[in-house]
Amino acid sequence: MDFIRNFPLFTIVFSLFSGVLCMMLPGKAAKYYTAAYECLLIFFSASVLWYTSVTGTSFTYVMGEFPAPWGNEIRGGVLEALIALTFLIVMLCSAFAGWHFLVQDIDESKINLYFTLLNLLTAALMAMTWTNDIFTGYVFLEILTLTSCGLLIVREIGRTTLAAVRYMILNLLGSGLFLLGVVLLYDITGHLLMMNMQGAIAEISKDSRQMTTLTLSVGILTIGLAIKSGLFPFHFWMPDTYGWATPTSASVLSALVSKAYIFLLIKIYWRVIGIDVLDRMPIGKILCVLGMCGIIFGSVSAMRADNINRMTAFSSAAQIGYIYMGIGIGGMAGYTAAVFHILTHAVTKSLLFLSTPRLAEVSDGSLLFKKLQGSALRDRQAGAFFLVGSFSMIGIPIFAGFSSKLLFSLAAVDSGSNKKLILVMLVLAVSSLLNAMYFIRTIIRIYTHPQSAAAQALSSVTAGSAAAQGLAAGTAGSAAEVTSREKQRRASGLRRPDYIIPSLVLIAANLFLGLFSWAVVDLIERGFGMFF
Amino acid sequence: MISNLLTNYEEAAAIVLFGIGFTMLLFHRNLIKKLVGMNIMDTGTFLFLASMGYIEGRKAPIAADGAAKLEEYINPVPAGLVLTGIVVSVSVTAVMLSLTIRLYKRYHTLNLDDIYLLSKHQTEDR
Repeated sequence: MDFIRNFPLFTIVFSLFSGVLCMMLPGKAAKYYTAAYECLLIFFSASVLWYTSVTGTSFTYVMGEFPAPWGNEIRGGVLEALIALTFLIVMLCSAFAGWHFLVQDIDESKINLYFTLLNLLTAALMAMTWTNDIFTGYVFLEILTLTSCGLLIVREIGRTTLAAVRYMILNLLGSGLFLLGVVLLYDITGHLLMMNMQGAIAEISKDSRQMTTLTLSVGILTIGLAIKSGLFPFHFWMPDTYGWATPTSASVLSALVSKAYIFLLIKIYWRVIGIDVLDRMPIGKILCVLGMCGIIFGSVSAMRADNINRMTAFSSAAQIGYIYMGIGIGGMAGYTAAVFHILTHAVTKSLLFLSTPRLAEVSDGSLLFKKLQGSALRDRQAGAFFLVGSFSMIGIPIFAGFSSKLLFSLAAVDSGSNKKLILVMLVLAVSSLLNAMYFIRTIIRIYTHPQSAAAQALSSVTAGSAAAQGLAAGTAGSAAEVTSREKQRRASGLRRPDYIIPSLVLIAANLFLGLFSWAVVDLIERGFGMFF
Repeated sequence: MISNLLTNYEEAAAIVLFGIGFTMLLFHRNLIKKLVGMNIMDTGTFLFLASMGYIEGRKAPIAADGAAKLEEYINPVPAGLVLTGIVVSVSVTAVMLSLTIRLYKRYHTLNLDDIYLLSKHQTEDR
């Protein structure tokens, strides 16, 4: 049974190895290979989750048997396993559900390279989740940045290259600041392993003069990760980045990459700084306020968007705001809500980003709202998937979004501060209202028949002109409609299992998080309990 | 305050370099200059690390003629971190330069604002 302790390392090493292997395989083979090995990784993470929750303890895997102050370590606990498991499931689902568009967007001879990038990105995600060494965190954070940029530019239109450059520039600013923060912390503590750093910081923080230096370094590190994950003033790159990428990339970037940065931040807060020391700094309050601004501004921008992908991307900015608000509320309840929302958003936003391109496909390839009129009637599956995703984002009961909003309010009640309680409740109410407004508006639009508007115009025209002419136009129109429907049916028949199964898995995960939230919350709380 | 800065002049210089690079990366419109800024920023961090690891009057931790006392050596860990950092910085620069070439081939300018305007015109209809 102790063999399971090796599994976290396996997930990282296998992903790196698979990245290299996919370079040599043909495109289709790379796809099926990726599916097979991701299933293996899911098994690994699930085993670790089972092992740590049954034994009730976390474990540290010492790389190369070098003991604590020198070696590099990997740590397995309930929380890491849970996050890794969710990330892998979402990754697998996105890779499959987006395959149809991948073939359109990428030259056939280069598809295996896309899977290479995807596998290296998985390696970075896994390493950032499992690592117990802050500098390893930095290195894989850079690998994550590079691979996510690669995922963006595979679709060779001018907008994606520009979006990738802007995304990279902001990410480089973020990683520069993160590196400086790590270096300053190393300067203060003399360690790079998280547990040793925490011991040193607990000593240092007793001296109030040192608190300024400590706050400064933690602040720099936090700003770096906040830029990278897209917290409020730094969220403006999101619509261009997510809006123009190929669907798999958009889903992976919004659902996983930004979350990995936030999870690393949470891990640093708990394992390096220590939550008691962090409470003495003003960082939590600032994050809370910025998160709230992110929620409101993200939702308002989403309302004003004229393109369904831009709307979904701005809604991502709002969701990142929720997570930071949870971190800002603080305490076990606040962090639990934040982690729960990481899971919720991962399964929901990927579903949304995978259904919007299909809606666009049946609307002349346009993502503009005015052309999407009635698109859910033309592609019923994609419409239904979008519906489920939106309901979860709005926070309708039985879906995951409802549970996370409930958890945020409970955390605010638990925080014991009236000011926080009122503010959080207010922001939650306003943002739910805004979410409902723009998502329900979109749902109504995609489910309203475009003919009802067009028919009226047609009848007024025919009244004025010759009846025979109108009749001829009508028959020609309906004939064209029939052939286009036929074409769509054939096209959707080709990709049916590829698309439906992953989407159903995501919906099932969403419902699981919504209906069994108590079990997940229990797991998260146990995970945080092991963080000391 | 001033005397502190003077004793730690290497660290102070490193932070100044970091600031220069950071503002260049953030505000400059020219893509190549942005990249230069990024490299200055990273170099600032490396200088900070290197100066931190060096201890006046000690030698490199190479045990050539038998192990000496721990107190005779400088701290080698920051040097290792600098090496890792340099590798990361080089690869990031390479990726960014290739992206810049791609953008230049398409839009024939290096100014990010101009590129943004041009790209907006091209894909207005979606």
